[in-house]
Amino acid sequence: MKVDMNINVHHLTRVEGHGDIHIKVKKGELVESRWAVVETPRFFEAMLRGISHDMAPVLTSRICGICSISHTLTSLRAVEKAMRIEVPETARLLRLLAKHGETLQSHILHLLFLAAPDFFGTGSVIPLIKSRPEVVVLALRLKGLGNDICDLIAGRTTHPVSLVVGGVSKAPSREQLETLKETIGERIQDIRAVVGLFQTLSMPDFVRETEFVSLKGSNRYPWIGGELVSTDGVVKAEDDYLAMTNEYKEDFTTSKFAKLSRESFAVGALARFNNNYNFLHEKAKEAARIFGLTPVNHNPFMNNIAQIVECYHVMLESIDIIDRVLEDGCPESICAGYEVKAGEAIGAVEAPRGILYHHYDIDENGIITKADCVIPTTQNNANIHHDLAELVKQQIMLGKSDEDVTRLSEMLVRAYDPCISCSVH
Amino acid sequence: MKYLGIETEKVRIGVFDFTGCEGCELQLANKEGTLVSFLDLLEVVNFREISSERGDNYDVALVEGAISRDNEIERLKQIREKAKVLVAIGSCACFGGVNYLKNRFSMENVVNEVYGEHKVETRRVQSIGEVVKVDLEIPGCPVSKEEVERIVVDLVTGADIKFPKYPVCIECRQKLNTCVFDLGKICLGPITRAGCGAVCPSSKVGCLGCRGPAEDANYDSFRQIALDHGFTAPRIEEKLKFFNALGAALQK
Repeated sequence: MKVDMNINVHHLTRVEGHGDIHIKVKKGELVESRWAVVETPRFFEAMLRGISHDMAPVLTSRICGICSISHTLTSLRAVEKAMRIEVPETARLLRLLAKHGETLQSHILHLLFLAAPDFFGTGSVIPLIKSRPEVVVLALRLKGLGNDICDLIAGRTTHPVSLVVGGVSKAPSREQLETLKETIGERIQDIRAVVGLFQTLSMPDFVRETEFVSLKGSNRYPWIGGELVSTDGVVKAEDDYLAMTNEYKEDFTTSKFAKLSRESFAVGALARFNNNYNFLHEKAKEAARIFGLTPVNHNPFMNNIAQIVECYHVMLESIDIIDRVLEDGCPESICAGYEVKAGEAIGAVEAPRGILYHHYDIDENGIITKADCVIPTTQNNANIHHDLAELVKQQIMLGKSDEDVTRLSEMLVRAYDPCISCSVH
Repeated sequence: MKYLGIETEKVRIGVFDFTGCEGCELQLANKEGTLVSFLDLLEVVNFREISSERGDNYDVALVEGAISRDNEIERLKQIREKAKVLVAIGSCACFGGVNYLKNRFSMENVVNEVYGEHKVETRRVQSIGEVVKVDLEIPGCPVSKEEVERIVVDLVTGADIKFPKYPVCIECRQKLNTCVFDLGKICLGPITRAGCGAVCPSSKVGCLGCRGPAEDANYDSFRQIALDHGFTAPRIEEKLKFFNALGAALQK
């Protein structure tokens, strides 16, 4: 049995942001294992103070370069709830479509650009251009589709422009929506090919019983607003998010940690899948079954597979959404007028990496006086930290080398698709 | 790649990030249509977000984000020493970006607001150019992928690097957009440097000046126009200061 181990991964690669892995094993016993976020804090909650309510979505989209649409939508939900603004149904549908575009581009970025090199034994996706061109083509086409959806509906993929308080500032034309629908239909074969590709790869076999937290679907797979739920049976109102997150601070990391019924919990694609499996599109469920993925699954590496299942689901649901918008007709501008008023509200949205909360106090002039943002990766960090300890213990028992343990530990963190800049916003 | 029939030497490139959202570097991987041929021009020796390669032998360093911690200053200086050309990409790197909004408060106050009793080290936000010499700035929040590709190709082929001097309004007019002021919103298009394709006004929202000032921008007359349209002075200043990109306007 491998007796001593000293692993230090400084600034883990192929993840968003800066985090370190530290593992110390002495005489076959785990002495220390840490997932330490060393990202620079940006203090968005402080920056938000004194900002106009309609600039809050613009500012908070800059929390994240990958899930800026989710931040915008969460911010909009908080502002619109605080001022009791009724967003027109077509605008709601278009926002959800933009959201699906983001989920697709974000999941594909993670699966095929960041995680896949581990399974093919390369340092990045770049060598795959020559060795596995078919994988790169799939990656580019599907990520391109996600970006095209975002560009059309939100004006831009990174830091959207047309998602504004009251609705959507500029709606796409009927022709643009029809073309988009056709393109999504054509790309379904690509997501099927991704399912085929991942069938040839094996996910590491690792289980640690975990509590999974997500929005709770009432009649469909949930993305924007609603009740909060955990696989341990906790159900809370959206406004009760603090009781669901319980953030606390550890000295070795700049990101906060979070807990609920246990020492840690997980959010993200696998959490949504575990809590809302019944609301998935039938074809997405079929894809899950191919991988033997059923709720409740406690293998964090299966988050990769849950992301594939969700890609399939959002592509199919996007087609349905476009059909509904086309039925309703496509008005040029879909934005409710509103009166600025004081209020306090919480918005909860399922970002690609898990549930995201914004909480604002707004004064009678529409200025933000206090803000709180709880980020998916912040909620996952404690779970990653505890998974790491369990994974290393199991690997020591199997007599694995430093190299194997390092590789698997890195893959574990990547499986959560952490968005570290976000978590230290 | 070949240029004028001759195989060009690949430029070794490193991509580095500091205080920011990493959205600008992601733009490099975002243009699916041209990504493969763009990568063919380069040898990526260091790009932590997408690659496990960690080389130090880069010619060009693309640097994203602002500076807000002591260890970032050290790391940036090391990159400056190694790089022949240091390019600041994005509004955070070029101007401090939205991070500059933190500088409205004392550092003690912001740490207390977010972390309470736990003390976290932070400094007033600085742009990259306030800390080291910058050879080239590519602004934007986020940067325009087309512009970054064009400029990197210009760097590789030794061509002159040019930015538009005219304001966003010119690009907006070319798209036959309705003026955003006529839609009842403030737009910084008249004083902001073009090159983004007027992406915000084309979605019927006002430009926020993320690319910095156009040549000879007339701030006084801009402020007057905005006041004449019924916007209050604090509202106008909020927009002008959002990305800290319109330096001269802020001095007045």
